[in-house]
Amino acid sequence: MLNLSLKELSQALEKKEFTSVELTQFFLNRIKKLNPSLNAFITVDEARSLAMAEKSDQIIQAGKKSILTGIPIAQKDIFCSEGWRTTCGSKMLENFISPYDSTVIHKFNDVGAVNIGKTNMDEFAMGSSNETSYFGPVKNPWALDCVPGGSSGGSAVAVAARLAPAATGTDTGGSIRQPASLCGFTGLKPTYGLVSRYGMIAFASSLDQAGPMAISAEDCALMLNVMTGHDEQDSTSLNRKKENYSNSIDKKIDGLKIGIPKEFFEEGLSSDVEKVIEEALKYYEKLGAKIVNISLPNNYLSIPAYYVIAPAEASSNLSRYDGVRYGHRAKEYDDLIDMYFKTRQEGFGDEVKRRILIGTYVLSAGYFDAYYLKAQKIRRLISNDFKSAYEKCDLIMGPSAPSVAFKSGEKQEDPLAMYMQDVFTISTNLAGLPAMSIPAGFVNELPVGLQLIGNHFEEAKILNAAHIYQKNTDWHLQHPKGID
Amino acid sequence: MSINKEEIKKIAHLARINVSQTEVDQVEKKLVGILALIEKMQKVNTNSIEPMSHALDINQPLREDKVTAKDIRDKSLDLAPHSEQSLFIVPQVIE
Repeated sequence: MLNLSLKELSQALEKKEFTSVELTQFFLNRIKKLNPSLNAFITVDEARSLAMAEKSDQIIQAGKKSILTGIPIAQKDIFCSEGWRTTCGSKMLENFISPYDSTVIHKFNDVGAVNIGKTNMDEFAMGSSNETSYFGPVKNPWALDCVPGGSSGGSAVAVAARLAPAATGTDTGGSIRQPASLCGFTGLKPTYGLVSRYGMIAFASSLDQAGPMAISAEDCALMLNVMTGHDEQDSTSLNRKKENYSNSIDKKIDGLKIGIPKEFFEEGLSSDVEKVIEEALKYYEKLGAKIVNISLPNNYLSIPAYYVIAPAEASSNLSRYDGVRYGHRAKEYDDLIDMYFKTRQEGFGDEVKRRILIGTYVLSAGYFDAYYLKAQKIRRLISNDFKSAYEKCDLIMGPSAPSVAFKSGEKQEDPLAMYMQDVFTISTNLAGLPAMSIPAGFVNELPVGLQLIGNHFEEAKILNAAHIYQKNTDWHLQHPKGID
Repeated sequence: MSINKEEIKKIAHLARINVSQTEVDQVEKKLVGILALIEKMQKVNTNSIEPMSHALDINQPLREDKVTAKDIRDKSLDLAPHSEQSLFIVPQVIE
């Protein structure tokens, strides 16, 4: 069961080689054994997961299964799940039991997938190392003294250490792709608006997007098939026909034009990682693709623009945590205003407070035009860069992250160094484009991810290119020692 | 543009976050760094550029005003730090 793909697991369940209860118990046992050292899960509820598995077995018995029925999926603790504690990695929501299901959870429940637990994450998804979680840092299974990346670090480790066959994540500035790169698996951030944000705890609403995290592109496609679809409960959800992302995944990629942005290979990229990426690109040429040089001249502005837009939206979204309706409330206070101050001082961690303060500053009277409006204009320049680039190529490729996994604590006291982790991922969030990270090699036994960026709605094209690479290589099948 | 301790106190008040006297130096140091990073934007000429608020430039959709959600009133009230008789209880505001 350990290394089977979602398709293989599905077939085995169908043939009754094992039941969903047995499969779920197998992964629960792995979590019990390995989670104390990895800290990938915040909440595990054996009884609840097994009850879901039992129900799935009945569906399978009745011959009514679909592809993910009975398969355990780890859910990032940002997705509200009815009856489950949903913390978003924060003390503020330490005891929050969600009264409803997010659309993503609802869709997985609907097809009879099993929720195997809620995964650890940076607090309110603000971080690139999973060190800002109130529930403690997550460890990278490739090297326990290194970070797994973030913010979807728990989901990343769940997949990389095979604590679950697949997981969900969210990506506001790189939170699926950077951990996928640092932990050596496949992760996809879809086009903005493709997956509903309803019940997904908001960080930066114009950038947040949920996506699949799994071993292979093929598995990601199966997950995406479940996750997408228009949702009236999310006003930013796109109203378009649902696609089947598995249909064209095996198409030949002869003549595929891959754009290589020169800005992704300038400052910031470690030379070891650069070599791995160049090898991967050469391999794509061998597979029939053509390399085209392109430029994204405004990419250097993506981090500055992001650190205005994301904190501004966060400061507004997080104003709801006031200790009145749910979440943490300070024990002692003088009056209502004092209750707000103390509740938020106690409930939020340092990084979240910093971003709320930055967001409040850039939105405050007199600064709005200079910061927020300026950043929105820069956002368009970045988006226009991609538009011109796609006149010359079909997909864009480059590194997912500037380095391999770094040591825990190394960047914790230096927010700016941490922010640079997302230098290759943030521009696609600003432009709303779909992008993916796939394993492409190693540096000092630590995984390196190749990033594939598509034009809007071209998830199928990205998955196709990723799948063809994975059919011919086995980087994605490597897994860390000491987890068997 | 940079930020000083007075401004930090002002925005901390707006954001309803206590920043204690001992924390304010650290907060100032880090915010100054982040704002310096953001400052790079100011050198770019964006005079003729339309601001972009949605990645796909899609307008806000409208729908009929009808109830679609389940009634989760009691469950929601149970989540409150303090609720009584279907009301969220907060410290007294009006004398």
